[in-house]
Amino acid sequence: MADPILELRDVYSSYGNIKALKGVSLKVFPGEIVAIIGANGAGKSTTLMAISGIVPVDKGDILYQGSSIVGKSAEKLPAMGLCQVPEGRRIFPRLSVAENLELGAFHRKERAEIEQDMERVFSLFPALAERRKQQGGTLSGGEQQMLAIARALMTRPKLLLMDEPSLGLAPLFVQKIFDIIHDVNEREGMTILLVEQNANLALQAAQRGYVLETGTVTMEDNADTLLHNPEIRKAYLGETA
Amino acid sequence: MDYFIQQLINGLTLGGLYALIALGYTMVYGVIQLINFAHGEFFAAGGYMGVILLSFFAGLGYIDTHPFLCIGASILLTMAYCAFLAMGVERVAYKPLRRASRLAALVSALGMSIFLSNGLMLTQGVFDKAYPSELIQGGFEVGTVIVSYLQLVIMGLTILLLVGLNILVFKTRVGMAMRATAQDKIMSSLVAISSNRIIAMTFAIGAGLAACAGIMVGFYYGSVRYDMGFVPGIKAFAAAVLGGIGNITGAMLGGLIIGMVEIFGAAYISGQYKDVFAFIILISVLYFKPTGIMGENVDDTRV
Amino acid sequence: MIHEFKKVLKTYAIGMLWLLGLLWPLMGIHPDGTLTFVNAFKVWLGILGVTFCGLLLYVANKSGSLNVITRPLLDTREKINIASSKVPFWVWWLIVLAVALAFPNFTTRYAQDIAIQVLIYICLGLGLNIVIGLAGMLDLGYIAFYGVGAYTYALLSVNYGISFWMSLPIAATTAAIAGCIIGYPTLRMRGDYLAIVTLGFGEIVRLILNNWMTLTNGPNGILGIKAPAIYLPIFEGGLSFEYFYLKKLYYLYYVALALAIFTIIAVHRLIYSRIGRAWESIREDETAAELMGVNTFLLKLLAYAMGAVFAGLAGAFFAARMRFVSPESFTFLESAMVLCMVVLGGMGSIPGIILGVGALIILPEIFREFELYRMLAVGLAMVVMMVFKPAGLIPAKRVGTRSEEKEG
Repeated sequence: MADPILELRDVYSSYGNIKALKGVSLKVFPGEIVAIIGANGAGKSTTLMAISGIVPVDKGDILYQGSSIVGKSAEKLPAMGLCQVPEGRRIFPRLSVAENLELGAFHRKERAEIEQDMERVFSLFPALAERRKQQGGTLSGGEQQMLAIARALMTRPKLLLMDEPSLGLAPLFVQKIFDIIHDVNEREGMTILLVEQNANLALQAAQRGYVLETGTVTMEDNADTLLHNPEIRKAYLGETA
Repeated sequence: MDYFIQQLINGLTLGGLYALIALGYTMVYGVIQLINFAHGEFFAAGGYMGVILLSFFAGLGYIDTHPFLCIGASILLTMAYCAFLAMGVERVAYKPLRRASRLAALVSALGMSIFLSNGLMLTQGVFDKAYPSELIQGGFEVGTVIVSYLQLVIMGLTILLLVGLNILVFKTRVGMAMRATAQDKIMSSLVAISSNRIIAMTFAIGAGLAACAGIMVGFYYGSVRYDMGFVPGIKAFAAAVLGGIGNITGAMLGGLIIGMVEIFGAAYISGQYKDVFAFIILISVLYFKPTGIMGENVDDTRV
Repeated sequence: MIHEFKKVLKTYAIGMLWLLGLLWPLMGIHPDGTLTFVNAFKVWLGILGVTFCGLLLYVANKSGSLNVITRPLLDTREKINIASSKVPFWVWWLIVLAVALAFPNFTTRYAQDIAIQVLIYICLGLGLNIVIGLAGMLDLGYIAFYGVGAYTYALLSVNYGISFWMSLPIAATTAAIAGCIIGYPTLRMRGDYLAIVTLGFGEIVRLILNNWMTLTNGPNGILGIKAPAIYLPIFEGGLSFEYFYLKKLYYLYYVALALAIFTIIAVHRLIYSRIGRAWESIREDETAAELMGVNTFLLKLLAYAMGAVFAGLAGAFFAARMRFVSPESFTFLESAMVLCMVVLGGMGSIPGIILGVGALIILPEIFREFELYRMLAVGLAMVVMMVFKPAGLIPAKRVGTRSEEKEG
C-alpha cells in the first residue's frame, strides 16, 4: 500500500486540565474514506481539532504527507490541502453565501480558477446558487451544512476532515450529504476522514473505521467488518443482542 | 434659526471627529471583544506627530510654498506612524493576553494608556503645543451662519475616510477576512485566515483614523496636549457603545449623535455641563436598549 | 539554551527596532527643519541596555542556568512556607496588627503619611473588590463614591459643624444611596456596557462637583473641614472632658487603621457569608444563579451599595485628614489606580489586595527621584504583570473562571 497521507502517532492532547486524547494512533491512506466512531466525549472532535492545529498537541506526532504538522498554525494548513468541516458547521452567519465560499478560497490567488470552482460548487449544490446573496445565518440547517461542505471544497483539499456532517439534519438531507461525500471521494479521489455519531451511516460510507473510547483507539478494522461486529452493533448501533 | 444651523454645523464637525475615533474602538472590539483603552492615546499621538511634522516642514520652508502638500503629507505620515504604534502596542500588551481573562486584558490596556500618555509627556513636555491654525483659515457666511474652511476640510476628510473604510470592510477580500475573524476566529483560521495578522491590521486601521482625528482636533482647537486623548477617548467610546459596539455604521451614527448632543447641550442648556450630556444620552439609551441603537449584530455591518 | 535564546532574541530585536522607529520621530524631528539622531538613540540605548539585561536573566532563568542561585532560594522559601503554615493563622494577623499598631511610634511623619494613604486605599480596594471580585461587575467609576463620602463629610462639617464620628455613618449612607442610584439603571447591562456607563457616572459626579458652585465651591474645593475629635478625659480636679482634635498624623493614623481593620473584617465576613456565596454564583453564571433562586437584581444592587459604603467611609476620612476637598482628587485615574491595585494584588483575595495597594503606593515613593518616570513605570508594570502573572500577586483561593472567560 502507498504511504499514508495522514498519520497520528500516539497523540496526547488536553483542554485545560481535561485530558481529551490519551494516545491516539491512526492512519489514513490516499483515496480512502475513514470513519472515526465513538460516543459523546470520546475525543472524536478533539482529534480533528488537533490535526487542524486548533487544539495543541501535548505529546506524540501528526504526520501529513510524510512531514510533521504539529505546532504549525492552523491557517497554514488549507494551503497544504488539509481542510476541515467542523462540528456545528460554523458558517459565517453575517456573511453572504458567496462570501462564505470565497473565504474558502482565501489562500488561493488565481481569480479565474476560483470563479470556476465556485460554479462547480454551485452546480453541486444548486440550492446554494439560488441563495448566493443571502446571509449565511438565514439558511436552514441542511443548507448551512451544504454551505460548510461547499466552502471546504473551495479550498481544493486533498484531505478533508468532516465532523458530524449528519448532526441535526432531516433524513433526506443526511442522505444527500452522504451522497456528496461519496461522490467527491469517488470522482476526485479526495481522501476523507469522517467523524460520526451515526455509526451505521459512517461505516456504510467508509472503507475503514476506528473506534474511539475515552481518548484512545480501541478497535480498527475494515468498515464492513466493524459494521457486522456484534459488540459494535450493541454499543453504537443500538441493537439489543 | 440661524443659531440653530450654526450649532448644527459645529455639531456635525465635532460628531465626525468623534466618529473617526469611535471606529477604532468598535473595530477592535468587534474582532477581539476588548475595550482598547489606549485608543485615546493613539489619537493624542496623532495630534503630536501632526504638529511635529507640520513644524518640521515649516522649518524647511516648504509650508509657505506648498501648504496643502505639506498638510497632506503630514496627515499620511502621521496615520502611518500611529498605525505602527498601534501594532506595536497590540503585540506587547494585548496579544499575550488573548486567552487571559477580560479584566487582565483591560488592566493591561489601562497600563498601556498610562504608559503612552506619560511617554508623550516626557518627550513632548507638559505644556500645550500650538498648531499652525493659520494654514487653514477663513470661511464664508450664509446669512449669519459662519462656516469655516477648516470645518469644511474636517467634514470632507471625515466623509472620505468613512467611505474609504466602508469600501475596505465591505468590498475587499481583507475586509471580508476581518468580518469573518470577528464572527468566528476558529473557523476563520480553518479557512487560512491568519487572525493575528487581521487583528494587527484592525488596530492599525483604527489608530490611523484616530490619528487623522488628532490632527483635525489640533487644527480645530489650535493646540494639543499630552493628556488630550482621555476625554475625547471616553466620549468616542461612549459613541461606539451608543451605536452598538462592534457595529461600524453604529459607531459613525453614535459619534454624530454624541457630537450633536454635546454642541446643542452646550448651546441651549449649559456650557459647563457639556461633557455630562454625552453620558446622560448614553446611559438613557442603554437603559432602554441595552445593545445600542443599531444593535450589536442586526446585520453584517459588524466587523 | 542557545536555540531558545535565538528565538527570543529575534523577537526582541524586532521589538527594539520597532521601538526605535516609534521613538525617533518624537525626539528627532525638530521644528527648525533639522533632524537629529543622537538624542533618540541615547534614550534607546538606555532602554536597550536595561531590557537586554532583563532578557538575559529571563532566558537564563527559563533554561535553568540560574538554578545554582534560584534552587537554594526556592528551597528556603519552601521551608519558610512549611514552617509558617505550622503557625496558626491568627498569629500572623496578630504580628501584622502589632506592627501596624506600633508603626507610628518609630517612624517619621512622611512614613505615617504614606501609611495613611495605604490604609485609605485598602478600604477602597476591598470595597471595589466586592463589586468586581465577588459580584463580577466591572466598575470604572468607583471613585465617585469616595468623592460622595468626602463631600458629605466636608459639607456637614463646614455647614453644620457635625462631628466626624456622626458623619461617618451619614457618609456611608449617602455613598450607598449613590451606589443604588448608579447601580439601578446599569444592572441590566452586561460587562463592557457596564464598564463604560459606570465610567460615565464617575465623570458625571466629578463634573457636578466641579460645576455646582453654590454647593461645592467648584474647582476651588472646600476648605476648613474639621479633623476627627474625641472627648479626652481629664482627671485634674474631678473628671472633665476635653474636646480634642486629632490633627496630628500620629492620631489620624490610628483612625485610618481602625477604618481599615473594620473594612478588612467586614469584607472577610461578607466573602464567607450567604450573600458572598450568592455574589460569587452571580459572577460565575448569572442565569444559573437566578434559576437557583438567587435574587440577582437585589444582590447586584446590594453589591454596589456595599462597595460604595466602604468608599464612602474612606472618603469621609480622606476629607477629615486633608481638611480640604476638591474635585481634582476624584478623577478617572484614581478609579483606574484602585482597579489596578485590586487586579495586580489578586482579585478576591484580601491579602493580595493589601499587597497590591502597598506595591502601587509605596514603590513609587521609593523611586521618588525618578518622579517624572513614575507613572510611566506604573503603566509598564501593569502591562508586564498582566502578561506574566494575570491572576495577581496573591491569587484568591476560592475562584473559578467566570463564564464569559470560558467562551474566549
